Amino acid sequence: MLFSRLRRLSAPDIGFTVAILILVLVASIASDVFLSERNLVSISRQLVTNGLLSLGMLLVILTGGIDLSVGPVVAFSGLLATGLQAHMPFPAAIAVALAMGLAVGIFNGFMIARFNLQPFIVTLATMGSLRGLLYVYSETPQYPVDPLFRGLLGGGFIGPLPVPSLIFLCIIPLVWFYLNHTVSGRAVYALGVNSEAVRLAGVNVRRHLIGAYAACGFLAAFAGVVLASRLGIAQPSVGIGYELDAIAAVVIGGGILGGGGGTVLGVVGGVLALALVDNVLNLFNVESYYQQFLKGIIILVAVLARRKKA
Amino acid sequence: MLNVVHVSKSFDGTAALRDVSVRAEAGQVLAICGENGAGKTTLMKILSGAIKPDEGEILLNDVNVAVGNPRRAIELGIHTVHQELSLLPHLSVAENILLGKWLHRKTNWIVDWKATEQRAAEVIRDFGFEGVDVSSRVSKLSISKQQLVEIAKALVGRPKILILDEPSAVLSVHETQKLFRKIRELSASGTLVVYISHRLDEIFDISDNVFVLKDGAGVLFSATASVDRDTVIKAMVGRSLDAIYPVRQPRMGEVALDIRHLSRRPAFDDISFTIRAGEIVGMFGLVGSGRTEVARAIFGAEPASTGEILVSDEKVLIATPADAIASGIAFVTEDRKRDGLALDCSVVENGGLAAMERFAAYGVLNLARRSSVVGTKLDELQVRPRGLSRPVRQLSGGNQQKVVLAKWMLVEDTRVFIFDEPTRGVDIATKVQIYRILENLAKAGQAILLISSEMPEVLGLCDRLIIMRAGRIAVVLDRDDFSMETVFAHAAGIVADRTMA
Repeated sequence: MLFSRLRRLSAPDIGFTVAILILVLVASIASDVFLSERNLVSISRQLVTNGLLSLGMLLVILTGGIDLSVGPVVAFSGLLATGLQAHMPFPAAIAVALAMGLAVGIFNGFMIARFNLQPFIVTLATMGSLRGLLYVYSETPQYPVDPLFRGLLGGGFIGPLPVPSLIFLCIIPLVWFYLNHTVSGRAVYALGVNSEAVRLAGVNVRRHLIGAYAACGFLAAFAGVVLASRLGIAQPSVGIGYELDAIAAVVIGGGILGGGGGTVLGVVGGVLALALVDNVLNLFNVESYYQQFLKGIIILVAVLARRKKA
Repeated sequence: MLNVVHVSKSFDGTAALRDVSVRAEAGQVLAICGENGAGKTTLMKILSGAIKPDEGEILLNDVNVAVGNPRRAIELGIHTVHQELSLLPHLSVAENILLGKWLHRKTNWIVDWKATEQRAAEVIRDFGFEGVDVSSRVSKLSISKQQLVEIAKALVGRPKILILDEPSAVLSVHETQKLFRKIRELSASGTLVVYISHRLDEIFDISDNVFVLKDGAGVLFSATASVDRDTVIKAMVGRSLDAIYPVRQPRMGEVALDIRHLSRRPAFDDISFTIRAGEIVGMFGLVGSGRTEVARAIFGAEPASTGEILVSDEKVLIATPADAIASGIAFVTEDRKRDGLALDCSVVENGGLAAMERFAAYGVLNLARRSSVVGTKLDELQVRPRGLSRPVRQLSGGNQQKVVLAKWMLVEDTRVFIFDEPTRGVDIATKVQIYRILENLAKAGQAILLISSEMPEVLGLCDRLIIMRAGRIAVVLDRDDFSMETVFAHAAGIVADRTMA
């Protein structure tokens, strides 16, 4: 079964895998630190935020849409999960944060599905409004009151692996299973290809659209909680530009804006690729602006390589 | 002047045009007619440069113009009015008419709006129409006025060849007469007018020569004056009916579908009819008669505003396609590429799309069972080759249609099947197979509504025929009263309506 899957890898996929392998090879030769346990663990921890965001973004992009509001959701959920600890036990605070993400997602999905509005515009508006709202909630950074919040989640380890990385590792197969083995997942996939044909086949398109955006909001909130727990602080300014990194990971992994293409494996590959590039550039002390520049180039190369020949 | 030489064109394995040749001279009006799917629009698209032929040439004064370049075609003086309106709805009438040819002042890059609007107004007046405000947005105009704007657009400059594809479909009689006056003017001044239509009245009114296409081949070319209506009809639709259509020995059960006074103006009004289990009822009508709208209303794709639908004697409320499917109604749509298939999804994905609950438990899909069930059905329908995970886009038109049929046949507990142009874009061999499938469904007790513009299809397969015109039922004919001429006459409104239930 694995072989038949491997055989279906396209040229760009193989090209990217080879490029990443070369990068890893070069980095491990040129730097003593790259392959150290500390560095690898650090990479695995850094990529969790974008990883969770990208999985959610994949769902939305598969339906032919996009979600620009994930950045503020990350920030707001971090603020809520830490700030509310002054009034309730931290699991409850986390629950509120997750509920917020879910609510934002449902709102996005509802506006898009019910009123036929363009996802770009709706989520752009949500992004702006939410950013303002979270500053209303707290202008200043919030600190978690309960040390368990950090210890269990962000700072915790199970064996050599950090808890956040493990969480991400567990969510990947869940999303994969959903997309490939459930009725709802297949409907999400198909509706991005031709939503009218799917509607006429009796599928409740509206419900699935809202569901995709709700899942994206939820995963973004989850990422925000994990981030705040890892850093030990939640700042209202967090999350700016996160949506672009998520979209980049999806696109590098073969996702097609407009629906109809994209796989979990591809997204994970894209997340990994971006994290590796970040890490290597850090190890060699390259300025972060170059990282920005390089990321943009990588996205261009990715879409060029995958374009359908006219 | 115009010489079409041995032109052929296929799409995804289905031949749309086969070795077509015809000539026409400047100053003539050539009518091209044929049923739906005969190849008229394909030929027109090649003439206008929208697509390239696979074989053959089109010579304009001995220069090959079939180069697949619309700009080149326009430069050569070939102006086209397509069947689907190609206006830009948010722009003004003037801007649409002079699209690409905005008038400018001394500097080449500043548009002179006043001059543009004046010129556009001139073109409209010249055409014989008043009362169209050239600065108003096209989207505000009625569909027939939009069609006039589309035609006006093609009249700008002096076209050497003017191609009109079903221009009168949305025009009133009065407007059509004005159009004809303009056509006569143009042909008198040397323009070759190619008039594509299946409205025989108009063809006999306006054309000098008539060319009939059938199944992609030219079957008749004659001076209009030397041929009569019957000959043209027979050339368009005549085919040996016996070999193609299964012999109907219907055993009909109870009334399965009862439609009462269904209306959604202006698309259709006061539609009432019944279909019994095992019966095949046809619905025939020209473009704009409202047949697809009725079907979409019954299926819940675009519900009616008033009226009742009863399935097996139970009143059902159908607001969405899911409601219709739950009531036992299946709908094979007119345009599989637009709303029948998700082209980039696999064959098995499309085949199982309407019946996913059959292969799922608690929301989780049993992929093996889906492949097995869908695969078996596709084998039954003889879809070849078997690749279930291929994107359905790669299949031929006929096989694609079979995937759509499989999708609906896998829905459990259906009682009514609506087919809208089920053999459009399908080769003749697959057509025969699809007719057998239809017959088998009827034998199994399904009530079938067959919407079709192909006369032989409805005459060969149906037990009764509803003829729609302008959104209403013109007449319902029993099999004993079937004849091509009667059907056409009612569809075109040549005969007074009689309603026989």
